[in-house]
Amino acid sequence: MTLSISLTVNGERRDIVLDDPRVTLLDLLRERLDLTGTKKGCDRGQCGACTILVDGRRINACLALALSHDGATITTIEGVAQGDRLHPVQAAFIAHDALQCGFCTPGQIMSAIGLITEGQAGDDPERVREAMSGNLCRCGAYAGITEAVLEAQAQLAAPKTERAA
Amino acid sequence: MKRFDYVRPNTLTEAISAAAEPGAAYLAGGTNLLDLMKGGIAHPTRLVDVSRLPGLDRIERQADGSWRIGALVRNADLAQDPDFVKAFPAIVEALLSGASGQLRNAATVGGNLLQRTRCSYFYDPASACNKRTVGSGCDAREGDNRLHAILGWSDSCIATHPSDFCVPLTGFDAIVEIAGKNGSREVTVEALHPLPGTTPERDSVLAPGELITALRLPATASTFAGHARYLKVRDRTSYAFALVSAAAGLVIENGTVKEARLALGGIAAKPWRARSAEAMLAGARPERAAFEPAARAALTEAKPSGDNAFKIELAERVIVRALMLAAAGTPDRVPALPASPFSSHAGAALHA
Repeated sequence: MTLSISLTVNGERRDIVLDDPRVTLLDLLRERLDLTGTKKGCDRGQCGACTILVDGRRINACLALALSHDGATITTIEGVAQGDRLHPVQAAFIAHDALQCGFCTPGQIMSAIGLITEGQAGDDPERVREAMSGNLCRCGAYAGITEAVLEAQAQLAAPKTERAA
Repeated sequence: MKRFDYVRPNTLTEAISAAAEPGAAYLAGGTNLLDLMKGGIAHPTRLVDVSRLPGLDRIERQADGSWRIGALVRNADLAQDPDFVKAFPAIVEALLSGASGQLRNAATVGGNLLQRTRCSYFYDPASACNKRTVGSGCDAREGDNRLHAILGWSDSCIATHPSDFCVPLTGFDAIVEIAGKNGSREVTVEALHPLPGTTPERDSVLAPGELITALRLPATASTFAGHARYLKVRDRTSYAFALVSAAAGLVIENGTVKEARLALGGIAAKPWRARSAEAMLAGARPERAAFEPAARAALTEAKPSGDNAFKIELAERVIVRALMLAAAGTPDRVPALPASPFSSHAGAALHA
């Protein structure tokens, strides 16, 4: 049985030979591709620290078998900034102090990017909180996270205004 | 996690053939199965990846007004299909009240129907659990069991079924299409999950190697769309399984309930259809005076399986409130906190 897969990770094609079918996308990213920005918190789909985008949709990388995602396009926290220019969600997290220890932050940011793409929350903070409930923050930075998501979403909706500022 | 063979068949026939050997399991979204495998609760020797089987990812409204939803449709995609939302608002509210945005993006319709109990003793290989290991006993009986069943439980097992999605599906007579090596068959969602009795290891009526291929909703199910709600009481505001939930649907004509549907979640090993309550509501005025006796009727057979007597009264109250919400009419948009008791009243926000 061949266990080779190819993925596009942060815009770069990666051909990978797996020695074990049990490898999750999370472990593949962290241990084989040296992309350790995606965090392993609970490893059981409960905390959201491992959130990545697969074909543009946010999922928990810990509950995704790498083999099952052969051919997928993956975006991790390492792939969202453009050079030195932070993604608007990253910048908003800094502006709003939306973190303390920072461990959950990559997952929070990837989840926020996913939810903004989904376009279901609008400018209602209650909907943002609900849509972000799969990302736990044990430092309790939730208030800042909600503000950051709302601001980044507004900026992404009006990119010209943001650049002029 | 134990090592397994991985196969990804290209057709349904190949998939069923590949899953014929003992120890095989189907993999779709993987959000429940991989979790169970990591915990040492499930240990398939072969994973048959059905996530790319053709033709199982469609949401179709048929000419006769019924709906057919492929087993591989992701929970999030079903909840965001605008026509489905209009026809089945309570089902969508239930879907959106379950899991998280990330999990709903991965989890499939078929997998949701077959997710396993969240009983903490089932999840702990060091505990006795008749569902996980036949004949080993049930540590939940004398354990921490405030979340456990109050209807349909047995001395062997007091676990509950965790799905929100299945609750309105049961209420609205949804049907499951099943493929297997002996051909296709179908069962109602109500009949999909057996009560534990003396065989709690049996979670569904599926035979080994059978695969859910689609879900169907009859045309009559959408007649409740104007008065259909799901209400879910849980220990956290969001991202938690139900303590007690209820799906309620009403058809109201000239100020009278023409037809009622009621199903409960979090209280039994299966989504629980409350037919006696439905019968009492037919012909009644849609108001509290009719809802309260119907709620009591739904719980007549209930008895605590441990420290959970509170769930009986809680279930009665959840039923009354779900029926009140349904009677008031389905909101134009799913509330910010789907199915939450904290978003039941217009203008009231849980968080300031």
